[in-house]
Amino acid sequence: MNETITGPILTTDGIPLKVSLQKSEKRNKIRAFLLVVPLLAFILVTFLIPIGDMLLRSVDDSYINTVFPKTFKEYEKWDRQGLPSEELYKTMFFEVKESEGYAIGKASTRMNYAKSGWKSLLKKSKRKFKKIEEGPYKEQMIAIDKKWADMEYWKAIGVMVDATTAGYYLNAVDLKYNVDKDVVWQKENRRIYNQTWVKTFKVSILVMFFCLMLGYPISYLLSTLPLKYSNLLMICVLLPFWTSLLVRTVAWMVMLQQKGVFNNLLVMSHIISDENRFALMYNETATIIVMTQILLPFMVLPLYSVMKTISPNYMRAALNLGASPLHAFWKVYMPNSIPGISAGCMLVFILAIGYYITPELVGGKDGQMIGNWIAYHLKTTLNWGLCAALGAILLGVLTVLYWVYNKLVGIENIKLG
Amino acid sequence: MALPTYATTGQRIGYYTFLTYCGLVFFFLIAPIFVILPLSFSASPFFEFTREFMNFEPEAWSLRWYRQMVGISSIGDTTVVTDKWMLGTRNSFIIGIAATFLATALGTVAALGLSRRNMPFKGTIMAILISPMIVPLIITSAGMFFFYSKIGLTHTYLGLILAHTALGTPFVVITVTATLTGFDTNLIRASQSLGADTMRTFFKVIMPLILPGVISGALFAFITSFDEVVVVMFVGSVEQITIPKQMWAGLRQETSPVILCMATCLVFLSIALLTTVELLRRRSERLRGIKLQN
Repeated sequence: MNETITGPILTTDGIPLKVSLQKSEKRNKIRAFLLVVPLLAFILVTFLIPIGDMLLRSVDDSYINTVFPKTFKEYEKWDRQGLPSEELYKTMFFEVKESEGYAIGKASTRMNYAKSGWKSLLKKSKRKFKKIEEGPYKEQMIAIDKKWADMEYWKAIGVMVDATTAGYYLNAVDLKYNVDKDVVWQKENRRIYNQTWVKTFKVSILVMFFCLMLGYPISYLLSTLPLKYSNLLMICVLLPFWTSLLVRTVAWMVMLQQKGVFNNLLVMSHIISDENRFALMYNETATIIVMTQILLPFMVLPLYSVMKTISPNYMRAALNLGASPLHAFWKVYMPNSIPGISAGCMLVFILAIGYYITPELVGGKDGQMIGNWIAYHLKTTLNWGLCAALGAILLGVLTVLYWVYNKLVGIENIKLG
Repeated sequence: MALPTYATTGQRIGYYTFLTYCGLVFFFLIAPIFVILPLSFSASPFFEFTREFMNFEPEAWSLRWYRQMVGISSIGDTTVVTDKWMLGTRNSFIIGIAATFLATALGTVAALGLSRRNMPFKGTIMAILISPMIVPLIITSAGMFFFYSKIGLTHTYLGLILAHTALGTPFVVITVTATLTGFDTNLIRASQSLGADTMRTFFKVIMPLILPGVISGALFAFITSFDEVVVVMFVGSVEQITIPKQMWAGLRQETSPVILCMATCLVFLSIALLTTVELLRRRSERLRGIKLQN
C-alpha cells in the first residue's frame, strides 16, 4: 500500500522500518502483559472463579435429577390430568426405597421449596417403603400417606424437572413458581426481600447523602488551609480509615447504647430524663450513623483531591464581579467540584450497598440489609441457591455501578490517602 | 482561607459557623475511636462509664481486662490461663504477614506492567484487578466458601492466606501505580544503556524510587488482612482464630471488656501504620520534587 517512489524506509538490517517497529511494539506489549499475568491468574483462581462458581448455584437445579432420574423421565409421559399411572408410582417407589438416605434428605429439602410438605412425606415414605415387597404400588403408597394421592405434589415435580431453574431469582424478589410453574407472588407474610432491597438502597443513599453533607465542608476546609494545618487535620480523616472496622463498630456501641456516652451526656445535661433515653442502638438509625462515620473518609479523599485543584482565584473573580458569596459558591465553586462529588458519592454508595458486618452488629432487626440475608442463607438455612441468587442480583447492580464509576472517574484514580 | 480584615459581621458569623460545623464533623470522625481508650481501664464488666470511674476512684480503674487479654485471669483465688486472644494475635500476624508478602510481590510486578505505555486492555485488566476491593465481602466469602471447600482449602491457613492476598492486592496495585505515574522512563533506558540487565535495573533504579509506594501498599494489604473477619468466619475453622474473629465472637456472645483492650491496642497499631505511611508519602513527594527540579 505504501508504495512511494523510493520504497519503504529500511532499517540497517534491511527490514522495512514499519515492520520492525510493529515487531518491537508487539514485543513490548507482550512484555507488559507478561508482568500482569501472575496477578491476573492469581485473582482469577482465588477470587473470580469462586464467585462465578457460586453464581452458577443460583440457577443450578441438577442435583435432584441425579436422585430421581427414572422418575423424572417417566414423569414426562404424565398428562397432568388425573393421578399418575401405576408405572410412575412404581419408579418413584423404587428410587425412594433404593436411594441413600442422605441423598433423599438433600433432595427433599429442594422439593420442599417447590411445595412444602414434600420433606415430611419423603421422610415418612422412606421409612415405611421398606416393608412393601411387591406391587401394585400405587394403592400401598397412598395408604401410607394420603399426600401421594394429592395432585398438587405430583404437579410440583414439574417445576424441578429441568436442570436449571429461575426459581431462586424469583424467590429473591418475593415471587415464586406455583405447582403449575406460573410465576406468582409469595404469601403476604413471606415477602421479605423486596422490602429489604428497598431498605438496602434507602440506607445506602442516606449514608451517601450524609457523607456528602459532612464531607463536603471539611474537604473544602482541608483544601483551603495552609498545608501544615491541613496535614494535621487530614490525620483525623485518615485515622478512622486505618482503624479496624470492628474497633470502630465497638466504639459506636459504647457511644450509642442505652447507657452509652451519648445518652449519658444528654441525661447529665438534663436535656432528657433518665427514663426517656433514646434508643439509638440496634435499629436502622444506628446502621446509618455508624456507616456514615465508617465511609466518610471515602467521600473526603476524592473530594479533597479535586478541590485541591480548584484555583481560589475563581471565587475571588466571582465575588469581585459582584456575586454574593452563596451565589458565587453555587455557580462557580460547586460546578468545579462535581468530579469530586460524583467520585465520592459513587464510591460510598458502592461500598455501602454490600455492607454486612456493621448492620449485623448494630442494626438490630430493622437495620438489616441484603448482605445480612445472604449471610443468613449461607450459614443458617443453607438455602445456597437463594443465597447465590441474592448475591448475583447485588453483584449485577454493583457491576453496573462499577462500570459507570470506571467511565466517570477511572478506577486507577481511587484515592487511598 | 483566613477572614479578611474588612469582613462584615455577617461574613464573620458565617465563617465561624462553618468552622464550628467542620469542628463537629472532625469530632464525629475521631471521638468514637478515643472513647474506648479510657474505658479499657475500667473495672466494670460493661461497656459504660460508671460514676465511680468518672470520679477517678482507684477501685473503678483496673488492668484486669488487659491481664485477661494476655492470658492471665483469676476467678477467685485460682489463676486461669486463657490464651484465645494471644492465639488470635499470633494467627493474625502469621496470616497477615504471609498475605502481605504475596500481595506485595504480585501487586508490584503487575503495577509495573500496567504503567507501561503499551499495555493492552489496560482499563479492563485494571478493573478486574481492583474488583476484590469493590465486591462485597459477604459475596467474596460465599464464593470462596463453596469453591475452596471443593479443592480442600477451607479450614487451612493456606486458604486464608490466599484469600487475604486476593483482598490485599488492589491496594498494592493502586499505590504502586500512583507512585509510577510521573516515573521517568529515561532512567530505565539510561540504566540499560549503561549495561545493567533487567534485574539489576529493577533493584537498583526502579525499586528505590517506587519503594515508598510499595511499602504503603504493603501496609494497606497488611491492615486489610489484619481487620478482615467475614472471610475468616466462612473459610477458616475454629482453629484459625484471629483477632477480628475473636472480637466478633466476643461482641455476639459474651461482650467482654477484653474487646476494648484489644481495640485499644489496634488503635495504637493503626496510629503507627498511619504515621509510617504519611512519612513515606512525604518522602516520596520529596523524591519526586527533587526529580522535577533537576
